Amino acid sequence: MSKFRYRDRETADKVIKKLKEMNLEIRLMHVCGTHQDTLVRYGLDTLFRECGITIKQGPGCPVCVTTAREFEEAMRLARAGKTVATYGDVCRVPGRYGSLLDLKTEGFDVRIVYGIEDAIRIAEKSNKEVVFMAVGFETTAPSTAAIVLRSLPENFSVLSCHRYLPPALFALLEMGEFKIHGIIEPGHVSTIIGLEPYEKLSIQYHIPQVVTGFEPLDMLMGVFMLASQIKKGEAKVENEYTRVVRYEGNLKALKVIDTVFEAFNIDWRGFPEISNSGMRLKDEFGQVDSRKKYENELEGLDNEVFVEAEGCRCGDVLRGIIDSKECPLFGKTCSPTNPIGPCMVSVEGSCNIDYKYGSKRN
Amino acid sequence: MCLAIPAKVMSKNGIVAKVDFGEGTTRDVDVSLVDVQVGQYVIIHAGFAIEVMDEDEAEETLQLWRELLSKA
Repeated sequence: MSKFRYRDRETADKVIKKLKEMNLEIRLMHVCGTHQDTLVRYGLDTLFRECGITIKQGPGCPVCVTTAREFEEAMRLARAGKTVATYGDVCRVPGRYGSLLDLKTEGFDVRIVYGIEDAIRIAEKSNKEVVFMAVGFETTAPSTAAIVLRSLPENFSVLSCHRYLPPALFALLEMGEFKIHGIIEPGHVSTIIGLEPYEKLSIQYHIPQVVTGFEPLDMLMGVFMLASQIKKGEAKVENEYTRVVRYEGNLKALKVIDTVFEAFNIDWRGFPEISNSGMRLKDEFGQVDSRKKYENELEGLDNEVFVEAEGCRCGDVLRGIIDSKECPLFGKTCSPTNPIGPCMVSVEGSCNIDYKYGSKRN
Repeated sequence: MCLAIPAKVMSKNGIVAKVDFGEGTTRDVDVSLVDVQVGQYVIIHAGFAIEVMDEDEAEETLQLWRELLSKA
């Protein structure tokens, strides 16, 4: 496995030296919790700052961008006696009346699973209705879609909270709240979608983009490639993560997504509604769509107003407006053991990552 | 959520493969989204292999960078 472990001190030092020689003053954005983890865990963010490079985490945490309304849907179904199965992070995000995990402690049936296949196994062994709350970008959506295409237990359905990532990048650049000189594109979303979806963005906003892997050297090289483009005034889509990402993406995975899901307009936490960024099950899969199956249980949600917890600035963190530490709640009333917003809950959330590794710095 | 890690395919039976994450950690994963042979490395996410890794590419890329960085 070592051949995939891109960790070589000598090469890293050379990249940093080159970056310093470039005299940069640039701001980059990445949109992936795993990138944030690599940046902070290995102290690369500090090294980059010394090279004049600031890197912000955008809306790249699927759990974080899932709205309070979607969590409320899952919680209503749990309260109505269904078994709700989902990923661990999702269970811990606080909603208006606590989290899914809080419901579990009250005796409702909430299960933490590793993936959708575990949820199917629960349904197969149970007489109860089982709802899988499916969260994630294009990386995760193919697993949901592949399962929906198989023969499923009648008591199983999917609450799709999947989202397409590229529309959020367009929305972010269109909002133009601050200048971004380049984007570090997420390696594993790109594994599925390939490079082509980013090309329009580069043309429309003249922004360099590099699909980047997750080892420390990957990030150093990805940033070096972006910096080189910026210096030359270029705005191309390049691929640093060639050992995994192909230009066309994973065609099999894209096909199952297209067969099962259709795009619709949906809100993201911290953002206004983003056109065609949601993935909902097509009509022909209505029998496994929790929203259709349990229309009565979910009735009236359209009339409810969902407000963020007081003082929580997850929305600003997700748009890259502030760093986690600039939120007045960070490390005070909001911590991983008592999270107020989703960015402190999810292991991909920038607040959680800063909290976790922050102490090592000080 | 998009965390995905490399693993080696040890055996395969239809769409299910046993993979080794290294240091003896093994798990059955779904390989219906990739064309993979026993002995190859895959990237695993949420119980599914989402791509086959290119071993040659991995080594060549590193080599290329080292050469690039040694110049001037």
